[in-house]
Amino acid sequence: MAQPLDYLKESPSQTAGPYVHIGCLPNFCGIAGVYPADLGHSMVNARTRGERITLSGRIIDGTGTPLRDAMVEIWQADAAGLYNSPSETRGTADPDFTGWGRQAADPETGLWRFETIRPGPVPFPDGRLQAPHISVWIVARGINLGLNTRIYFPENEAANAADPVLSRIEHKNRVPTLIARRDGAAYSHDIHLQGDAETVFLDI
Amino acid sequence: MSNDAPETGAFFARDREWHPKPLTPGYKTSVLRSPQKALLSFDNTISEITGPTFGHSMLGELDNDLIHNFARNGESAIGERIVVHGRLLDERGRGVAGALLEFWQANAGGRYRHKRDGYLAPLDPNFGGCGRTVTDERGFYAFRTVRPGPYPWPNGPNEWRPAHIHFSVFGHGFAQRLITQMYFEGDPLIARCPIVRTINDPAAICQLTAALDMNATVPMDALAYKFDIVLRGRRSTLFENRLEGN
Ligand SMILES: [Fe+3]
Repeated sequence: MAQPLDYLKESPSQTAGPYVHIGCLPNFCGIAGVYPADLGHSMVNARTRGERITLSGRIIDGTGTPLRDAMVEIWQADAAGLYNSPSETRGTADPDFTGWGRQAADPETGLWRFETIRPGPVPFPDGRLQAPHISVWIVARGINLGLNTRIYFPENEAANAADPVLSRIEHKNRVPTLIARRDGAAYSHDIHLQGDAETVFLDI
Repeated sequence: MSNDAPETGAFFARDREWHPKPLTPGYKTSVLRSPQKALLSFDNTISEITGPTFGHSMLGELDNDLIHNFARNGESAIGERIVVHGRLLDERGRGVAGALLEFWQANAGGRYRHKRDGYLAPLDPNFGGCGRTVTDERGFYAFRTVRPGPYPWPNGPNEWRPAHIHFSVFGHGFAQRLITQMYFEGDPLIARCPIVRTINDPAAICQLTAALDMNATVPMDALAYKFDIVLRGRRSTLFENRLEGN
């Protein structure tokens, strides 16, 4: 026998369920007057530095049906590649950019949409640069533990090819599941929970 | 945050045996919503180590009082009045300061204020069902609410959720993000619930079950339940050569 290590266990996850909006997006689901606005609704303001983009998509289940009760959160660096976080020690991020957004899937179409800016590149722990990307966290009824994934930009071909995370994907035909489609400043990206096109999800 | 230097350590790996697995056929909705391929593992980068934070200044006066935050002036929600309190810790046992907790629940009759909830139990005009708070310097939090009722749901012909409160928790890193549920000590529906039973280890279920805490009750006003929540810990950086810009 040895001394116990005495670490605590992380609280186990439970599904967000179909009513996650009540707690996280109450104005969205018609509970008005408790909070002035839903958190994460707006990531940018008139002074935010960087190129404005929109990012939209759907989350698709194993039958090809979009989830209409999911909630999506994104987290990203500012235009200079700095995170608006106390754990960011490389500099001070743009105070006019939160870096964090939260949206519900549309209850009819399943479409979610963020208005944000193009993120700058950030380093990998070994000092190499990662290609610009947006971190994504998905919860919904039927999802027992929130799913992490990333979204990369299709025009950054060289940076994506050198990206330390994308490079770890063994089956190269799955890399495109992390790369958005572009139409001008509008990017779209469907996330597939199952099937041949299953998105690469991350154990981070 | 508290007395520590900026937190830049990578997080402890998640114990995916302790968490529910993605595919749990007893909870039917998981069948078509569970990824089937292996996850891509890599050590945390700054994208996972950092995360948004929320100050106490964004909170309204009644945000942590579900009995009153949706109620008409002078009125209050119907139900068994309770205080829910506890501490947000990391796996090293340290309090997590300045972390946003959001909670939501059904009313005392087991009905949610949501378009999709068609349960025949009535809405309480004085109960919205959402609240939030930010942990203090040592990770403590508390809020007031009414005890939610159990409710039936269409997973099987006669399945009931135990009384529960949903929690959404932010730590300081995006990889700490967690949603879970709190159950109430002694509820016979806990052991029967397919969502609870997505968790394999009975000790993990205990970790989500709040105990009646008579020491924290408000006499002649509210009972109390104590519910501690644990987020992923951060690895020590004491003996690591940190690269510039990392
Ligand atoms: Fe519920």
